[in-house]
Amino acid sequence: MTIQLIDDGHTPETVGGGPVASTAAGRARLVWRRFRRNKLAVAGLAGLVLLFLFAFFGPSLTHWKAGDNDFLNTQTGPGSDHFFGTDDAGHDMFAQTVSGMRKSLNIGLLVAALSTGAAGILGTAAAYFGGWWDKVIVWLTDLFLVVPSLLMLIILSPYFQGANWIVLIPMIALFNWMITSRVVRGMTLTVREREFVRAARYMGVPAWTIIRRHILPNISSILIVDYTLNVGAAIVTESFLSFLGFGIRTPDVSLGTVINDGSTFAGTDQWYLFAFPASFLVLIILCVNFIGDGLRDALDPNSTGVSAR
Amino acid sequence: MGAFIVRRLLNYAVLVFIATSLAYLGAATAFHPKDMYLHKNPPAPAVVMYRELDERDSNPDKPVFERYAHWVDGVAHGDFGKTWDLDSVSKHFSISVWVTVRLVSVAAVLSAVLGVLIGSFQAVRQYKVSDHSITFASYVIFAMPVFVLAPFLKLIAVQVNKAVGGDTPLLQYQGEIDPNATGFFGQLFSRADHLLLPTISLSLGLIAFYSRYQRGTMLDVMGSDFLRTARAKGLRKGRAILKHGVRTAVIPVMTLVTYSTITTFAGAIITERVFGWNGLGSWFTDATNHADVNSVAMITLFSAVLVLIAGMLSDVITAVLDPRVRL
Repeated sequence: MTIQLIDDGHTPETVGGGPVASTAAGRARLVWRRFRRNKLAVAGLAGLVLLFLFAFFGPSLTHWKAGDNDFLNTQTGPGSDHFFGTDDAGHDMFAQTVSGMRKSLNIGLLVAALSTGAAGILGTAAAYFGGWWDKVIVWLTDLFLVVPSLLMLIILSPYFQGANWIVLIPMIALFNWMITSRVVRGMTLTVREREFVRAARYMGVPAWTIIRRHILPNISSILIVDYTLNVGAAIVTESFLSFLGFGIRTPDVSLGTVINDGSTFAGTDQWYLFAFPASFLVLIILCVNFIGDGLRDALDPNSTGVSAR
Repeated sequence: MGAFIVRRLLNYAVLVFIATSLAYLGAATAFHPKDMYLHKNPPAPAVVMYRELDERDSNPDKPVFERYAHWVDGVAHGDFGKTWDLDSVSKHFSISVWVTVRLVSVAAVLSAVLGVLIGSFQAVRQYKVSDHSITFASYVIFAMPVFVLAPFLKLIAVQVNKAVGGDTPLLQYQGEIDPNATGFFGQLFSRADHLLLPTISLSLGLIAFYSRYQRGTMLDVMGSDFLRTARAKGLRKGRAILKHGVRTAVIPVMTLVTYSTITTFAGAIITERVFGWNGLGSWFTDATNHADVNSVAMITLFSAVLVLIAGMLSDVITAVLDPRVRL
């Protein structure tokens, strides 16, 4: 286990020897304390928790479902029955927004998990094994960076047209791992030459065990931060596709489809049909970015926040 | 340096070829070009359908690789095939690409200049109220994807027009130019009016991005010895910062600017669609909806080439500007 010396200056109690378990817990507590100092990050965390609660308990606030049409009340304003009003087909915008949020949040969390995981494995493998592994993975990374990912997702969209929306998750993840993987590779290259990794290698510890036990914990900060920021990026990508009609399609709804539906009213007196779902999307991304930046500052005090990609 | 560039270029050329081939093969297997003919009312006769599909080199009954080989052969001879309405892809491209150029170029220059200036301003006044509020504003802009920003601008334009009143709306948000505009200045004004909202929609995100980066590089420069020397020589503060500070800090940002500018050409899909410009982005989505493999492959090829030019250009710019880099 390594103890990362953190040159903070404000918190003298951070650098502790002691048994391994307590340093791990101590580091978590230290990161949490640093995170708490960043007011925007805390606000982002609180906001995201509230948004999650809203997305999962919101449906019980209204008797309307996302697919329902209220043909007697089309294009009505926000009121006691339809909180966010209804569109021209009588869809309840509140129900649509809430269930779209739930889908978008789920997709964001899963895509980020998949792409960050893949980036972690590929990046560490490329740097640790070197040689052909490195050549092939770096070349693949370059190739995927050259392929215009949004265009490619649109091109491949007929494949998941009739399929379950779950297919969208690996598709978006496929075009989302490259930058993280590059950063991970760079960090692994330096960690690989550290004494404890060499010692483990000379003791005959299997390669993947070294990666799991010694390398991943040392690059975990970048993985955690990238996971957070990837959640936001994935939600934006999914909504982008759905907005253009190439992602989630009816009868399923996501924030992208709801915003697209509402955007036709942006130039009319029913502009709130656009404003409600759009502001929820903005709030989600805003909270995620605040948390991501707060985590970066808390995990890596030397970062200036500039290299925010 | 020459050998390095040639090797780099070769590697890039291979990547472009593979990327475009992937796009072609992906589109050729994913699209259902027959649907367009079968869903017509009345459905097109089979003879007509197969004749047109063969002319487009998109007959799904032929093996994919046969179509692909035919397409590659055509491209090698400068023939990019036919679009879904049997128009020449090259002709369509040469029209669309200029629409996109007219749309993007103002936004590209504007966002680079404003981004660098705002970022430097923030760094000079670090932790002041202005710095904090600009940082917060850029957070909000980062959280606003174009598909939220563009309709939002439309919303504002409609409300402004309503408040101002008058016969012709003040802010235009549909198309490139008013067909009724007459005279040189009338047309110029109409063009500028139509360009205003899409330009804001394209550049806000870029400004936020550049300014954040410039703020960081500028902060590194602010405490440096050469800036103090410049002041000690007797240069006034503003002049020292502009001549010695910004000029040094802008080097890393410039590579970012090249990259983002060039990728914006292919990334203006939403802005083009929302504001009704018939550029490359609109063409791409239309082509996908019409199962048009040739157009899609052409646009992908173009954008892959652009990414590579950006990569080469930023390498060269760094090498030229930064004496520590040797090629």
